[in-house]
Amino acid sequence: MAMERRRGVTWRSFRTATWLGWQIESNWADPFVFAIYSLVKPLSGALILVFMYAVIAKDGLGSPLFPGVFVGNALFIYVPAVLAGISWTIMDDREHYGMLKYVYAAPVNVLAYLIGRGVAKALVATVAVVLTLLLGTLALGVPIRFAAIDWPLVAAALVLGSAMLALFGILLGAVTMVTARHNYGVGEAVAGGLYLLCGVVFPLDTLPPWLAAVGRALPITYWLEAFRRALLGQSAASFAGLSDVALVGIIAGSSVVLAALATVCFRLAERRARAKGLLDMQTMY
Amino acid sequence: MVSDSFAIRTEDLRRVFRAKRREAKGEKREVVALDGVSFSVDRGELFGVLGPNGAGKTTTIKILATLLSPTSGRAWVAGLDVTTDSKAVRHHIGMVSGGETSGYGLLTIEENLWMFSQFYGIETNVARKRIQELLAVVGLADRSRTKIYHLSTGMRQKMNFVRGFLTEPEILFLDEPTLGLDVQTAHTLRGFVSGWLAEHRDRTILLTTHAMHEADELCSRVAIIDKGRILACDAPGVLKRELQRDAIFRLRIADLGDARAAVGAQPGVSRFTQTRSDDGLNVDAILTSDGALTGVLGSVQAAGGRLLSLEKREPTLEDVFLHVVGHGFDDEAREGGSE
Ligand SMILES: Nc1ncnc2c1ncn2[C@@H]1O[C@H](COP(=O)(O)OP(=O)(O)OP(=O)(O)O)[C@@H](O)[C@H]1O
Ligand SMILES: [Mg+2]
Repeated sequence: MAMERRRGVTWRSFRTATWLGWQIESNWADPFVFAIYSLVKPLSGALILVFMYAVIAKDGLGSPLFPGVFVGNALFIYVPAVLAGISWTIMDDREHYGMLKYVYAAPVNVLAYLIGRGVAKALVATVAVVLTLLLGTLALGVPIRFAAIDWPLVAAALVLGSAMLALFGILLGAVTMVTARHNYGVGEAVAGGLYLLCGVVFPLDTLPPWLAAVGRALPITYWLEAFRRALLGQSAASFAGLSDVALVGIIAGSSVVLAALATVCFRLAERRARAKGLLDMQTMY
Repeated sequence: MVSDSFAIRTEDLRRVFRAKRREAKGEKREVVALDGVSFSVDRGELFGVLGPNGAGKTTTIKILATLLSPTSGRAWVAGLDVTTDSKAVRHHIGMVSGGETSGYGLLTIEENLWMFSQFYGIETNVARKRIQELLAVVGLADRSRTKIYHLSTGMRQKMNFVRGFLTEPEILFLDEPTLGLDVQTAHTLRGFVSGWLAEHRDRTILLTTHAMHEADELCSRVAIIDKGRILACDAPGVLKRELQRDAIFRLRIADLGDARAAVGAQPGVSRFTQTRSDDGLNVDAILTSDGALTGVLGSVQAAGGRLLSLEKREPTLEDVFLHVVGHGFDDEAREGGSE
C-alpha cells in the first residue's frame, strides 16, 4: 500500500515535471528565442571548434583527432543542458517562478521531479546534438556512416548517460539548494571544468598527468568515449585497451555510486534548507 | 502514529532565525519568531490566526506545511509529525499564500492548475471540471487560456487561491488569502470559503488575516498572537463578551492633530487607537468605565479639539485585538509601511 503509493507519487512527479519542463524549454511560442538558445548557441560552439582546428592543428580538419573531438564536442551539449539545467531548475522554481515551496508542500518526489525537468532539457538538447552531428557528417567530413553505427552501444550510452548526467545535476542541485543568493553560475562553471577535463577538446593523453588522472576518474569521459566508438568505430588512444562491455560497465557502476551520493547529499541539503528556511527564499536585489 | 483526532496540534513550538553576521550589523542577531506556541484545531474548524506584522503567523504556517523546521517543540498535522513524517503530511495539506505572484509564466492559468492537480493524481477530466468551477468563483473563467505573465497581481493571487482548493485538501492553510484583492473579490472569496467548508464538513482550514471582520465573519475560533506568543485563543464571540464589561467609545474629533495626549494619556483609558479621515480623527477608546469619559471629553476640548460625534458601541474583534495586543492593527500597519 505505502509502497504502491510511493511509486505512484514518483511516477506522477516525473511525468508531470517532464511535461512542465517541455512546456518551458521548448517555448515554441517564440521560435526565434528557441532557435537562438537551443540551436545556434551549441552549433556555434561546434563551429568555433572547427575554426580552431582549421587554423591551429597541423593537418587542419584532416587531423586524425578531429572526428573524435567533434563527436565528443557534439555530445557534450548534453552536459551543461542537463547538469546545469537541473540546478537552474531549483533556482528558477524557487526564485523566478516562486513555485518550489508549493512543489514541496505537495505530495511530490522532488528527485523524480528534478529528473523529469532534466529529461525535458535533454530532449531539447537532442535537437542540437543531432543537428551538430549532421553538420559534421555532411559538411565537415566527420566519418559517421549510418549503417555502421553501433546502435546497442548508442542506446546503452544514452540511457545510462542521461541517468548519470541527471544524478550529477542533482548533486549540483544540492549545492544550489543551500546556497544563498542567486547562484546560476555553479552549474555553468562545473560544466566548463568538465569540458576541459573529460577529453572533449584535448584528448586525455595531451593533458598533464594529474589532470588526465582527474579526467579518468570522471564517468563523463567514458560516456563520451562510448559515443566515439558507437558513431565512429574508433576510440581515443588512451582507452584502446578497454572493451565496450567494460566501458558500459564503468558508466553503469559510476551511475550507481553517483545515485547513492546524489540522494544522500540532496536529502542533507533539503534538511538544511528546511532548517534555514531556504525553500521559499527570495533573493532581493 | 495517529496520535489524536485533532486536525492540527502544536506543542510549545519555537522558531529562532539567525541572521548572518555581516547582515546583522548593529541589528539583533537572533529573531525569535515563535516563542512557545501551543494550540490545537479540531477537524471541521475554520481557525483564525491574527496578529500584527512579524507576529509569527507565516512562520507557523510554514512549519505546519513542512517547509520550515521548528527550532524546538512539535507539531502534528492530520495526526502526523511535521518534522519526522513530512512526506506523509504533504498528502493531506494545501497551502495558499496571499500577495504572491508565483506561477509558471509561460503556462496558461488552466495549464498551471492542471499541472498541479497532476501531482495529486487527480484525473484530468475531474481536474478540468473543478478548474472551470473554481475559476468561475474567482471571476477568471474567461481567462483560463491566458498565460500567467499576462496576468495582473490580483489575478495571479486568484489563481493561487484556486490552486489551494483544486485538490480539496483535508487541511488547508490560507496565509492572508485576500491580501491585495479588491473589496468585491475579497467578499466573494470569504463567501466561498465558508460555503466550501459547509459542503466539506470534514475539512479544516487555518487562516491568517489582518482583516478583523474577515476573521469575525469566518472563524469558529481565533488565536491572537504577537511576538511569537499566543495571547488569546477562543471563539470570537467569547473574546468579545469578555470585553463587554469595559466601555468602548468611538469619537470623531476635528481640529486635533494627535489624540495621544488628549485621549490616550487620560486616566481610565486602557487602550486607544486613532485613524485620520478627511474631516478629522477617528478615535476608538476602551475605557475602564463610563465615568472616565468626562475626563477624556474635557481634555479633548482643552487641547482645542472639536467633538463631531460620540458613540458607545459593542466590542468588535478589533477591540479584542487592541485590548490583548496593546496597540491597533492599523497603527502597526502604518508603521511597517505596508497596506
Ligand atoms: N527567513 C527568515 N529569516 C530571518 N527572519 C525571519 C525569516 N522569516 C521570518 N523572520 C522573522 O520572524 C518574525 C515572524 O515573521 P512572520 O513572517 O512569521 O510574521 P507574520 O506574522 O506572518 O507577519 P506579516 O503579518 O507581516 O505577514 C519576523 O520578525 C520576521 O522578521
Ligand atoms: Mg505573514
